[in-house]
Amino acid sequence: MKRAHLGEFEETVLLTVAILFGNAYGFNIKHEIEKRNQRKVSIGAMRTTLSRLEKKGFLVSELGEATKVRGGKRKRYFKVTPFGKKVLEEVMENRQQLWNAIPGAAFNF
Amino acid sequence: MSSDKSKPSPPKSPLAFLRWFCRRDLLEDVEGDLCECFDFHLKSKGARKAKWLFILDVLLLFRPGIIRSLYLWPQPNPNLMLKSNFKIAYRQLLKNKAYSLINIGGLAAGMAVAMAIGLWIYDELSFNKNHENYDHIARVMQHYILPDQSGSSDWSPVPVGAELDQSFGDDFEYVIVSSFTEDHIISKGDLGFSAHGNYMQTEAPEMLTLKMLHGTRAGLEELNSILLSQSLAERLFGEQDPMHKIVKIDLKHEVKVIGVYEDLPQNSEFKNVAFIAPWDLYVATHQWWKEMFESWEHTFVQVFVQLQPQAKMDVVSDKIKNMVHDHRTKRKNLRTRTSLHPMSKWHLYGEFKDGKNAGGQIQFVWLFGITGVFVLLLACINFMNLSTARAEGRTKEVGVRKAIGSFRSQLIHQFFSESLLVVTIAFIIALNILLFSLPWFNEMANKQMDIPWASPWFWIACIGFTLLTGTVAGSYPACYLSSFQTVKALKGTFRSGRFATLPRQALVILQFTVSVTLIIGTIVVYSQIQHTRHRSLGYSQDGLIYLKVNTDEIHKHFEAIRNKLITSGTILEMTESSGSIIGYPFGDGDFEWRDKDPDFLASFRIDEISPEYGKTVGWEIVEGRDFSREITSDKKGLVINESAANIMGLENPVGEIVKWQGKEWTILGVINDLMVDSPYLSANPAVYYLADWPGGFVSLKINPTQRIKNALEKIQAVFKEYAPGLPFDYKFADEQYAKKFDHEVRIGQLASVFVVLAILISCLGLFGLASFMAKKRTKEIGIRKVAGASVFKLWKLMSKEFISLVLVSCLIAFPIAFFFMKNWLQNYEYRTGVSWWVFVAAGIGAFVITLLTVSYQAIKAAMASPVDSLRSE
Repeated sequence: MKRAHLGEFEETVLLTVAILFGNAYGFNIKHEIEKRNQRKVSIGAMRTTLSRLEKKGFLVSELGEATKVRGGKRKRYFKVTPFGKKVLEEVMENRQQLWNAIPGAAFNF
Repeated sequence: MSSDKSKPSPPKSPLAFLRWFCRRDLLEDVEGDLCECFDFHLKSKGARKAKWLFILDVLLLFRPGIIRSLYLWPQPNPNLMLKSNFKIAYRQLLKNKAYSLINIGGLAAGMAVAMAIGLWIYDELSFNKNHENYDHIARVMQHYILPDQSGSSDWSPVPVGAELDQSFGDDFEYVIVSSFTEDHIISKGDLGFSAHGNYMQTEAPEMLTLKMLHGTRAGLEELNSILLSQSLAERLFGEQDPMHKIVKIDLKHEVKVIGVYEDLPQNSEFKNVAFIAPWDLYVATHQWWKEMFESWEHTFVQVFVQLQPQAKMDVVSDKIKNMVHDHRTKRKNLRTRTSLHPMSKWHLYGEFKDGKNAGGQIQFVWLFGITGVFVLLLACINFMNLSTARAEGRTKEVGVRKAIGSFRSQLIHQFFSESLLVVTIAFIIALNILLFSLPWFNEMANKQMDIPWASPWFWIACIGFTLLTGTVAGSYPACYLSSFQTVKALKGTFRSGRFATLPRQALVILQFTVSVTLIIGTIVVYSQIQHTRHRSLGYSQDGLIYLKVNTDEIHKHFEAIRNKLITSGTILEMTESSGSIIGYPFGDGDFEWRDKDPDFLASFRIDEISPEYGKTVGWEIVEGRDFSREITSDKKGLVINESAANIMGLENPVGEIVKWQGKEWTILGVINDLMVDSPYLSANPAVYYLADWPGGFVSLKINPTQRIKNALEKIQAVFKEYAPGLPFDYKFADEQYAKKFDHEVRIGQLASVFVVLAILISCLGLFGLASFMAKKRTKEIGIRKVAGASVFKLWKLMSKEFISLVLVSCLIAFPIAFFFMKNWLQNYEYRTGVSWWVFVAAGIGAFVITLLTVSYQAIKAAMASPVDSLRSE
């Protein structure tokens, strides 16, 4: 079965969108990733990733209401699709299988 | 937060940059995120850092996936749009069949005319280019500068050739003395033809770069040799090999065929030259002119030269300017200037005025070129006019197109593709018209033009021409139609006001100005021809025929032949002469008489005749008497014409003594002026004397009681009896005389064809416009009719507009035409004036044509039942 490919950064972004459920928009996602992963994320990198995930069907988005913050620009809220969830689960299961397959002696240092 | 004025805002220029490059669908939230990020950094890191981070973020956003495509909006496939444009254009054509027909037909006619003229001009410009040394060949000209008038001619004295070779040899590759192209009989056994040919010096074939089919170019070195053209060789020898066969020139001189050359093309100066014989043979066979061959005083040959490649034409021309004058001993007060006339100017710049090259055929090239451009312009104007008129009906379409997002450029594309489609169709039709009318056009223009299918330049020219016409014809509608305002166009409040009709009116005025000018021009050309044709000849052409006779037999048996033909009642009279009745053979100014003004310079035309000449051609004796065979002293007598008598200034010319050629001559009589040379010039002073050697021409006056055909048969029989080898190649004097008008008649015919087409095209346009006007005013006319207007009043109303336009055109055209035609007529010494009736005729013509064209539509609209026009809505 051909599996949708999910890169490491893509996985992080997808998971963060899930974490921020209901409040996942550009700046928040960036802030959350920076806070949790201790790494710098540029808006450009994040935005292209979001677009790519949306194009792959893992995310959907809709524009929110305009607020006075952000210079009156509307926020775009992202939400994980069931397909996105499935892919995340597959990735996790895959990792689990790999962990389970490690013989006990392997990590005995 | 916006109230907090002191709070720094994100830097402007990176933001503008972002707005410029960012995809439109991402811009809003990305910009929002950036602003929020900036605010966040502002609080945590301060304004300076926040700004730098903002700039960095924007720069990091400049990456694939974020950058928009070059176009602001998604672009449709351009080919798809093109297809759609052509589809719409095609539907438009089908929808308005009548207008499409007018449009395409008019444009095709205009293009066909322009292409025909293009071919004609191309042919004119390519004259003589078949000679490889085209750029270096020239003809020696002599210019005579007189106080009141000047003359130029290509007749040179024979020694010019040798002198050029000896004194200026460094400048010339070849110097060729040549006889003029004359009729001679070339025969093989009993088979003989009269053929044009030249006697030329030996290097002539090399200079003219003849394409030899047999033999070599060097063949003329032998005295008794001849080169034949391919066609003459075929006529004489058929399938046989002509090489080294013996033929006779003028039934006398046996020469050997030592070469055959390919016929020279129609657009070569030497196109008629069917044979070339050595110049030395000419000298050997014309011993009675021996003196003249060595004299600098008599001009009767042509001299051609080919310059060395490095020699400059005008420099050499300047070097030799005094050559002839310095060698002449008699009449030194007549200034002679010698110059070179380059081959590239022979055809187009063949005329001289005051010793300077002054145009010639080139004026017709310009004339037709301009006519062609104007005819094409007329056709384009039609196209523009009809398209803009039709635009009234297409405002809604333009409105809808604009409302659903069409750009102006797209609309312009659409209209250009429409005009391009029409032009392409018109071009294909025009090509077909040209193809079918080319034989006819060739005949009329006396040319052999072909459509050069194989030439890439032809196709480049055609495609360029189509694109140009399409762009010119489509530009106005494209720019005009696309400028409609969407809302106005859709609301229907769009009314083309004064400014919309103004250009259209200007175009109609331009069209009719051109047409009226052309009409006047053609009428003047024709009236000039008619005027000259009706000029009194001074002799009678009825039943007058003449033959070129290149053998002595007729001269030997002249009395016998004459008696036989007169007693049988076949002819009234018969004569010998050196020139035919349509051209004097010689000219000389070296006459002396009592009380001659020492400054007198003019020269006289001379003909050598037999005593019956006067009776044969029917001249009138004004004073004195005619020659007589019975009086032997008449051999030392002269008959002069009235112009000669006037110019000599003798009170009683009869009986006066004139010195000429070292002899004394008595004037026997004065005759009326005969129309012998160009009918456009005033009559030349002429002198006739009796010759006792073979004349060269025999003229016969056929008895009017005889049927021409029978008479000709009888004459031929008698001629055959005495001169068996002489081809009976008779010419009618009136037909030959009419040929002097050929050029003008041809120009007149060509011009009138173009004028008719120009008028036709203008009328087509007018017809189309009138029908649109009528259609636009259908309701108005309906209401007027209901209110009681008569058909006549409505017709007047509708026609008025066009009539006033034509009136304005006439007012513009009249002075232009007057100016140009006046100038044109100045070219002719004997000319008609530009009379007022021409303008009246042209004006009335234009009015009648306009009324006829417009009335059909006007009356149709006026006759229509108002119920039909008012019912809808």
